[in-house]
Amino acid sequence: MATQLAEPAASTKNHPEAVVVRFAGDSGDGMQLTGGQFTLSSALSGNDFATFPDFPAEIRAPQGTLFGVSAFQINFGSTEIDTAGDAPDVLVAMNPAALKTNVGALKPGGLIIADTGEFTKRNLEKAKYDASPIDDGSLAKWKVLAFDISALTLESVKPFGLGNKEALRCKNMWTLGLALWMFDRDRAPLVDWLNAKFRKNPVLAEANIAALNAGHAYGETAELGGQLHKVHLDPVPSPAGLYRTITGAEAVALGLVAGAQLADLKMFFGGYPITPASSILHYLAGMKEFGVTTFQAEDEIAAIAAAIGASYAGHLGVTSSSGPGIALKGEAMGLAVMTELPLVIVNSQRGGPSTGLPTKTEQSDLYQAVYGRNGDTPMPVISARSPGDAFECAIEACRIATQYMTPVILLTDGYIANAAEPWAVPDPATFEPFPATFLDKPNGPDGTLLPYARDEKGARPWIKPGTPGLMHRIGGIEKNPGTGNLDYSPAAHQAMTDARKAKVDGVAKSIPAQDVCLGNTSGKLAVVGWGSTFGPIHQAVRKARAKGLDVSHIHVRHIWPLPENLGDLLRSFDKVLVPEMNTGQFKTVLRDQYLVDAQPLTKVSGQPFAIAEIEAAIATYFDHVPGNAGGDEIAPNETQLPSIESANP
Amino acid sequence: MNAIATITTTLKDWESDQEVRWCPGCGDYAILKAVQRTMPEIGANPATTVFVSGIGCSSRFPYYMASYGFHTIHGRAPAFATGIKLSNPELDIWLVTGDGDGMSIGGNHTMHLIRRNLNCQIMLFNNEIYGLTKGQYSPTSRQGTTSPTTPLGSVDRPASPAAFALGSGARFIGRGFDVSKHLPDVLKAAHAHRGAAFIEIFQNCIVYNKDVFEDFAAPKGAEDRQLWLKNGEPMLFGSDKTGGVKGIALDAEKLTLKVVDVTDGDWQGAGVIVHDVTNRSVAHMLVEMPFGPFPMALGVLYDDPRPTYEDAVLGQDAQAREGKNTDLRKLLAKGQTWTVSEDQGPLSGV
Repeated sequence: MATQLAEPAASTKNHPEAVVVRFAGDSGDGMQLTGGQFTLSSALSGNDFATFPDFPAEIRAPQGTLFGVSAFQINFGSTEIDTAGDAPDVLVAMNPAALKTNVGALKPGGLIIADTGEFTKRNLEKAKYDASPIDDGSLAKWKVLAFDISALTLESVKPFGLGNKEALRCKNMWTLGLALWMFDRDRAPLVDWLNAKFRKNPVLAEANIAALNAGHAYGETAELGGQLHKVHLDPVPSPAGLYRTITGAEAVALGLVAGAQLADLKMFFGGYPITPASSILHYLAGMKEFGVTTFQAEDEIAAIAAAIGASYAGHLGVTSSSGPGIALKGEAMGLAVMTELPLVIVNSQRGGPSTGLPTKTEQSDLYQAVYGRNGDTPMPVISARSPGDAFECAIEACRIATQYMTPVILLTDGYIANAAEPWAVPDPATFEPFPATFLDKPNGPDGTLLPYARDEKGARPWIKPGTPGLMHRIGGIEKNPGTGNLDYSPAAHQAMTDARKAKVDGVAKSIPAQDVCLGNTSGKLAVVGWGSTFGPIHQAVRKARAKGLDVSHIHVRHIWPLPENLGDLLRSFDKVLVPEMNTGQFKTVLRDQYLVDAQPLTKVSGQPFAIAEIEAAIATYFDHVPGNAGGDEIAPNETQLPSIESANP
Repeated sequence: MNAIATITTTLKDWESDQEVRWCPGCGDYAILKAVQRTMPEIGANPATTVFVSGIGCSSRFPYYMASYGFHTIHGRAPAFATGIKLSNPELDIWLVTGDGDGMSIGGNHTMHLIRRNLNCQIMLFNNEIYGLTKGQYSPTSRQGTTSPTTPLGSVDRPASPAAFALGSGARFIGRGFDVSKHLPDVLKAAHAHRGAAFIEIFQNCIVYNKDVFEDFAAPKGAEDRQLWLKNGEPMLFGSDKTGGVKGIALDAEKLTLKVVDVTDGDWQGAGVIVHDVTNRSVAHMLVEMPFGPFPMALGVLYDDPRPTYEDAVLGQDAQAREGKNTDLRKLLAKGQTWTVSEDQGPLSGV
């Protein structure tokens, strides 16, 4: 979402600028659904927001267990929101395990809403509680609102004659109803949604609506010891226009469709199921009317191979995966580089190595994207910073791939793929088209064909099989710089290696100069980020600048090649700090490319950075931080932040 | 094959300007010639013909054909072919692979291409050895094959490409060998089959596995050791001049095939089976028929087309597109949306 350096308006207790709510429950409790609907309700109220779905790798982990907890966090408010928020103000815990795994993150003084109906002896044991935390005083630093949501839900849906199990499934709607009351939200869109969702089973629709209304009424009427307040958040003043919520996976799918249209090409998408990348394939499989053919291949290698085959035949070939799958595609990427065919490869990064953390986010595939192939195999790499930004990045990937006849990697991550944000629906008329052209007659002297002749950008012509008179052969063996015929000679390999490198380096000429997204273009400290760390870095820099610190935020979209002015820009700062969710990969690239003393701030807990973590790191670069306790200059150290204990024990 | 216009070409029109770089005497030369001779006869058009290969000696094949060609990566040619065909079904695709490329590193892709029934011809050159990497044993090498990696002889049982293909759901199985004069007929039949046509071509690697097929491929005694299958004709081999005319019959008790003597031309009396290329049960027995006690089954073993993958995929795509709005503006604004008005007034959900 667009951001600006705006100081927040003074907030009052029942009129805060932003609130962070986390819904946590068993993976079968429908927390992602509850969160998703609450998000929609935030959007309809005109609040800006960012969400963070955090769910286990298991589809249905055993009920009530610590590892089976599924959570959905939303940060919403009347100012610009860039992150899903650090610490929640409100935690809704549907069982003891959800409380145990999430309460540590809750702000001191925050509110816990717990369903006592689930705090049974058995569930407490499963959550490794010796005694009920609700009664033993261990939750003293928070406000606790514990009541039997299960029983209240059962009571509210009694008239519909559901079985006990089905009736209890309505708990999440009861809870949502209470949350809607708390934040002064309209129930009508949810009622419409439930009616549509359970169109074929009106009884279930009625029951869920009854539960929703009952939860809302509970807030309205119950005596809750003054702990529960109705909170109203004003709409964010946003530019006029049409908005929708969008996740990164949706944005990538839409961006690819738009990119193919701008290139005047049909799209072929080869994929293989893998978390968290599969949803891109799911979305595109439903967009066939936009000239998309999707292919669920037998494996990751076949997925990229088929996509390259499609590009060879004149379509825009696209493949998508996550780290382990991208590793399998490496050899085929080399072939796309060698044959110089357009291809877009989307990597929704997750925690690695190996299977790693399938459902958690990380940025640790940067080396893999930039360097991870055999031979000198340069490939442009772009990274998306947010769900909405992934749309533009996907278009940019299509542009570079088709204009430069090269495979391009688009990096997103598990956080971007799953998180939702409000998105100002763009007008396609404003997009700059980049139609692809195909060779239709010989391009060499005396009617000869030179499939590896190059244009001013260093790109070779795209020749579709089926074109009369242009028959030729291509492959992965080194080739003659013009004819493309097999040529292992020293001169040919040197010339072709140089040409492939020069072509990819030259992409830098077609990308915007690096700007500073917050702060001055020179000064004491530049905080340099890429990908989904944008939100927390931006807010941390905003807060530091509000305290008067000379710090700027530089966000890099084009990871390879880097913008041509980036080196000069970095050298105009005394210090460079690079927060990233890996052990310091982009930092190494910057040091290598520019010999700047970039310092890492790293985190690999499977959770996004908290704003406070980056703020704290920034503070170490300044002698006296206004508002903080002053002190001697703290040397910037190679901080490896601890994981958030509360995240997942 | 495709319902595209056929054109007139000569063998010369199919020879590329590239120097052929196989070992002198390699069986690949004969196969190349057979293919180049076949193309004019089937009316193929070099501009719409694509040879796709993986890695290995056989996979250099595309460079020598004056059509379009794509030399890809080891074992993955079927996947590239799938992307090409789905993007342009008018292209006539020939896959060139070997026993290592198609049965070992690429076995998975071979299976799935056949199972899906992508319309193309798959020529698997089986020389029972890794040639390009200098003579290691392959998945089709016979037990006991000595090679740099099996100095004491290989211990694993060989795979049978034709049986593998049929087991994967193939609707066409052809077999031939490099120097056979019948090879073009098998290629033509494969091309005439609409769907994935699998052709196993025994190929003599004169450097690393010389004459491994001599038992049945040698001209001398060929009629006793080769069973050339013809649709509608009895499965006869041998001759009165050699060991006598023989036939393949069904052993009804054991439910297997057996060799029977045919006297005075009375093959019916001997119970010889009439070859029906659409009989899948007999096809299963033919691909498993062991050479030695039986002759080598050659020609078209099985041919019974069914709908192709690209027809199904593209048909479904076309159906999904019918009457659908393709306005990008509408797609972007799909789902639940809301409008922010100029005066930041009340919001309206959609």
